[in-house]
Amino acid sequence: MKNIEFRTAASAQGGLVVMAGVPGVAAGSRVQLRDHAGRVRSGLVIRSANDAVLVEVFEGTDALDLERTWVRFLEEPYKLPVSRDMLGRVFNGSGRPCDGRPPVISADRRDINGEPLNPAARAYPREFIQTGISAIDGMNSLTRGQKLPIFSGGGLPHNRVAAQIVRQAKLLGEEAAEFVVVFAAFGASHADARFFQESFEESGVLNKVVMFLNLADEPVIERLLTPRAALTAAEYLAFDLDYHVLVVMTDMTAYAEALREVAVLRGDVPARKGYPGYLYSDLAEIYERAGRIKNRRGSITMIPVLSMPSDDITHPIPDLTGYITEGQIVLGRELSNQGVYPPVTVLPSLSRLMKDGIGKNFTREDHPHVASQLFASYAKALEVRGLAAIIGAEELSDADRRTLAFADAFERRFINQGEDEDRSIHETLNLAWDLLSMLPPESLIRVSEEELAKYHKGTT
Amino acid sequence: MGKILEINGPLVKLDLPQTVLGEQVRVGRLGLVGEVISRDGNTALAQLYEDTAGLCPGEEAEGLGWPLSVELGPGLLGGIFDGVQRPLQAMWEQSGDRIARGVAVASLPRGRRWHFAPDPRCHAGMPLVGGEVLGTVQETESIQHRILVPPRVQGELLELAPEGEHTVEDVIGRVRLADGRIEKLHLFHRWPVRTPRPFRQRDHAVAPLITGQRILDTFYPLLKGGKAAIPGPFGAGKTMLQHQVARWCNAQIVIYVGCGERGNELTDVLESMPTLTDPHTGRPLMERTLLVANTSNMPVVAREASIYVGITLAEYFRDQGYDVVMVADSTSRWAEALREVAGRLGQMPVEEGYPAYLGSRLAAFYERAGRVETLAGDHGSVTLIGAVSPPGGDFSEPVTSHTKEIIQTFWALSKELADARHYPAVDWLESFSGYVSSAAKWWADNIDPGWEASRAAALDLLAASEELQRIVNLVGVEALSSEQRWTLEAASLIKEGLLQQAATDEIDSFASPEKQFALLTALLDIYRQGMKLVKLGAPARRLIQMPLLAQARRWKSQHNSDDLEALKVKIAAIPAAFEPLLLEYTPAAPSSAVEAIQP
Repeated sequence: MKNIEFRTAASAQGGLVVMAGVPGVAAGSRVQLRDHAGRVRSGLVIRSANDAVLVEVFEGTDALDLERTWVRFLEEPYKLPVSRDMLGRVFNGSGRPCDGRPPVISADRRDINGEPLNPAARAYPREFIQTGISAIDGMNSLTRGQKLPIFSGGGLPHNRVAAQIVRQAKLLGEEAAEFVVVFAAFGASHADARFFQESFEESGVLNKVVMFLNLADEPVIERLLTPRAALTAAEYLAFDLDYHVLVVMTDMTAYAEALREVAVLRGDVPARKGYPGYLYSDLAEIYERAGRIKNRRGSITMIPVLSMPSDDITHPIPDLTGYITEGQIVLGRELSNQGVYPPVTVLPSLSRLMKDGIGKNFTREDHPHVASQLFASYAKALEVRGLAAIIGAEELSDADRRTLAFADAFERRFINQGEDEDRSIHETLNLAWDLLSMLPPESLIRVSEEELAKYHKGTT
Repeated sequence: MGKILEINGPLVKLDLPQTVLGEQVRVGRLGLVGEVISRDGNTALAQLYEDTAGLCPGEEAEGLGWPLSVELGPGLLGGIFDGVQRPLQAMWEQSGDRIARGVAVASLPRGRRWHFAPDPRCHAGMPLVGGEVLGTVQETESIQHRILVPPRVQGELLELAPEGEHTVEDVIGRVRLADGRIEKLHLFHRWPVRTPRPFRQRDHAVAPLITGQRILDTFYPLLKGGKAAIPGPFGAGKTMLQHQVARWCNAQIVIYVGCGERGNELTDVLESMPTLTDPHTGRPLMERTLLVANTSNMPVVAREASIYVGITLAEYFRDQGYDVVMVADSTSRWAEALREVAGRLGQMPVEEGYPAYLGSRLAAFYERAGRVETLAGDHGSVTLIGAVSPPGGDFSEPVTSHTKEIIQTFWALSKELADARHYPAVDWLESFSGYVSSAAKWWADNIDPGWEASRAAALDLLAASEELQRIVNLVGVEALSSEQRWTLEAASLIKEGLLQQAATDEIDSFASPEKQFALLTALLDIYRQGMKLVKLGAPARRLIQMPLLAQARRWKSQHNSDDLEALKVKIAAIPAAFEPLLLEYTPAAPSSAVEAIQP
C-alpha cells in the first residue's frame, strides 16, 4: 500500500481532499501528495471509510489539479525524528529543517501526537523557578513542570516578557545552564520570530534552543502540527535526555483559529464563536504534555503565549486555556500605556501550583502570607482609586490616601522593572515589605503578627 | 464477528448484526474497547474509549455481550482508576509512564487475598435476597468492606465459605435461584454503570454534611444525601474547594472523579491524601478515598463514562450502609463530551451546540444521589457535589442553568472575590441552600438552638452592607451615618474573620461546627455591642479604631477546633473591650439622656 500512488482525488476544498476508491486506509495515517508540478505536500487521514477517505493537506489545496494529483498513504502516523542534534536547529511548522543545514539523522522517530501521561506516573511540580520578575516570582510563582500561559493582547510586550523569562529562569542555587528551550511559533510574524532568535543569540543560548517556526504567511493547516512536533521534541529532551525543558509557544490564538478553519471545512458542529466543541480537548492534548514524571530527572515547563481577541478574557481561547493550565499571567493595556513593564495585571493573574512551591524550605517562610497580603492590599487600593476618581482625592480620608500611595508605589516599584533587571526572590520579598510598610500594621491581617514584628518597617 | 466500515474520530461504524444498544465491543488489531450507541439494520455505530488512530476499515470487530460495567469488591479504596475503571497504578507498573492503547487490566487485583468473615446470621438453607450482607472484609483500618449479594440474585443459600483468606475470584458461596439454576457468589460482582443500583426506598436526608468550611456549613449547608453544584470561572477556586470538601467532610467514603481536568491536580490528591489524617477517625485520608481520573488529555468518550463509573461505585458503598460523598470535577467537561459525540452523530444542536437531551441526562445523573434504605435494611447515602465550569464565568449558559434547576445547594464562586484572594470565593449573595430548615434542626439539637437566628442575622448584615457599599462607591464613605459605617465595618469583620478561610493554614483549614458557631456569635456580638454604642452617640470612627477588631479577625487561625476554651475566654472578654467607650458615652442619668439623643 505504501508504494502505490492513487490518482482518485474526487474533490478538494480549502485544505481537504476526498479520495475515492481507496479501501482500508488507517485513520490518522500520514499521506503524501504529489501535484502536477512535482511538488510534494503532506497530509493526514482524518476520516476513513471504504468508499471515501478524507485527507487534510497541511500545505493547503491551492493549485491542485484533481486529475493530476498522485497520493500515497504511508500507513503510519505523523512522526518526528528526534535526536540530541536538534539543539540549535530551526525547523519549519511540520518539523523539517529550514535552516539550510542537513536533516537530523535519527533512527528514533516519534508519533507527534504522543500518548497521554498516566496520572499515576506524574510527579507533582514543587520546585520554584526564579524568573527574576517580581510580579511573577512574588505573586504568581512558576514551578518546574507547570504550564503557565501569558494572556496578552495585540501590541502588548508579551514577547519581551517571554524572552526575559527564558533569559533569567533558574532554580534557586542552580545555574540557568540546566535549561534547554523549545520554541514554537505559529502564525507569528517574521519580526516576532526574529526578535526571539536575536534574543536567544544575545544571551548566548542559541545552541540550547530548538525552534519550530510556522510564520504568519505559511500554511495555516500546518499550524495544527507545529505545537505537537515541538512538544514531541521537548518530551524527548526531557524524558529521554534528562534536560529541563522550557517550552515557549506563541500564539495559541493562531492555533485555535487554524483548528476552527479546518473544523468548519469538515462540517463539525460549532460550539462557541464557531470554534468546534472539541477545542477544549484539543488544547488539553497540547497543554497536558507539560509536567514531570516520577523517577525521571527532566521536566517540561510550558509558557504558551496567547493574545486575547479584543482583550476579552472570556473569549473561548483564553477561557478554555485557563481551565486547563495551572494559572495565567495576564498582561494589561492600562498598565502598559502608563509605561509599566512588565504590565502584569496581578489580580486576574494566578499560579495554581504556587502554594506548594514557596515558603519555608523553598523560598522564604513569609512568602505565602506576603503574596496574599499584597493581593488583598492592592485589591483594596484599587477600590479606593476607583472611589477617588469619582469623589476626588481631596475628599479621601488619610488612611485612604496612604492606600492610594501604596497602589502607585506597588505599580511603579514592584511590578515595574527593567527588561534586564533580574531580581532575586529575596529582593522581591524585601521590596514587598518596603511597600507594605507604607500601610498601618493593623490593616495587614494576612501576614502573621510575628512576620509583622520581623519585617514591617513602619510605625503606626 | 463483524468488521469496521468507517472511522470518524472516536466514532466507528461497524458491520455488526445482532448487537444490542449499549453493548461493549472490541475492534481492530489493537483490541480497542467501546460501546454501541446506535443501530441501523446490520450496521452499528460505536464510540470507542480510546484513540482510534491506526484503525483501518475492514478490520475485525466483535460484540462482548455485556454493557459497560464496573467490578465491585475489595481493593477499590485508596486506588486510582481511569474513566472505564482500569487501575492506573497497575497500568503504570505494567505498561510504563504513558497510557498505551488496548491494555486490558482487571479493575480489582486478582492475586491479592482478603480475610473474609461470614456474617453470623448467614447459614446454609436460608433464603437470600439481593443486596444482603454475606460477610465482611476489613479492607482498610477504618473501612470494613461488606460483601453484598448481587442485587438481582434471589434464592436459597446452599453454602457459604467459612472465615478465611480468599481472592476476589474465589467462590465463597452458592445460591439456588428460583428457576433451579445455581449461582456462584464471589467477593466481587459486576454492575452496569448506566443502571442505578436498586434500594428499598428513599429516606429523608436529615444530617448536614460537615465540611469544616464555614461559608458552606454555616451559611449554605448541604445534607448527607443531598445534591450541590459549585459553578465558577477558572481561577475561582473550584478545585481547591472540592479538595477541601474531600479532605474534611464527615462522610465515610469519598469518591473523587476528575473528569476532563488537570493531571497535576490528581497527582496532588494522590500525593497529599496519604499524608493527611481524617479529622473524624484519625486515620490516613487515602483509606477512605477512591479516585476516578479521566484527565483532559485522555480520550473524550471515556470522560463521558467516568461520571457513571464514579456514581456506581458511590452507590455500591451506599448499599453497604455508608455515607458516601462523590465529588465530580467537572460536570461541564462531561457535558462537552456529550456534545462532542452528539456533534459527530450529526444530532441537531440546541443551545451552544449541546444536544437537546442535556437537561434530562443531567437530571437523571443527579437523581442518583440521595439517602436510602438499602436492600439489606441499612441506611446509606450518596451526596453529590458537581463542579460546573461555565465558559467565561457566565452562569446563564446551558450546563449551569440546567444544573441550577436540579440541585438544592448552590455554591456560586465569584471571580471578584477570587481576584482579591478572598477564599473560598463563595459568593454570599448568589449562593443558596434549600436545606437550611433541615440543617437548623440538627444544629439546634447538636450545637445550639440559636444557630438559625444567628445565621440569618449575619446574612442580613451582609446584605445590608452590600446596599451601603453601592452608596459608598458613588459618594464615598464620609457620606454615611455612623450607624451605616459601623454596619459596613461589622460586615467586613464577618467576611474577613469568618467567611474567609485559608485552606493552606494548618489551623484555619478545618473548623468544627462548635468553632464555627463560636466565631459566628462572637463576631455578631461585637457588631451588636458596637451598634449599642453608636446609638448612644459614639462615632463609628472611634469604634473602628478599636484593637479588638483586628484581633477578632485573627481568631480563626489562632485556635484549633479542639482548643475552644482559649477562644471562649477571648469571646467572654468582648464586653470588657467596649467598657471604656460605654462609660464615656453612657450619660449620668441614663433614662433622660437616652431620650435626649433620640431624634
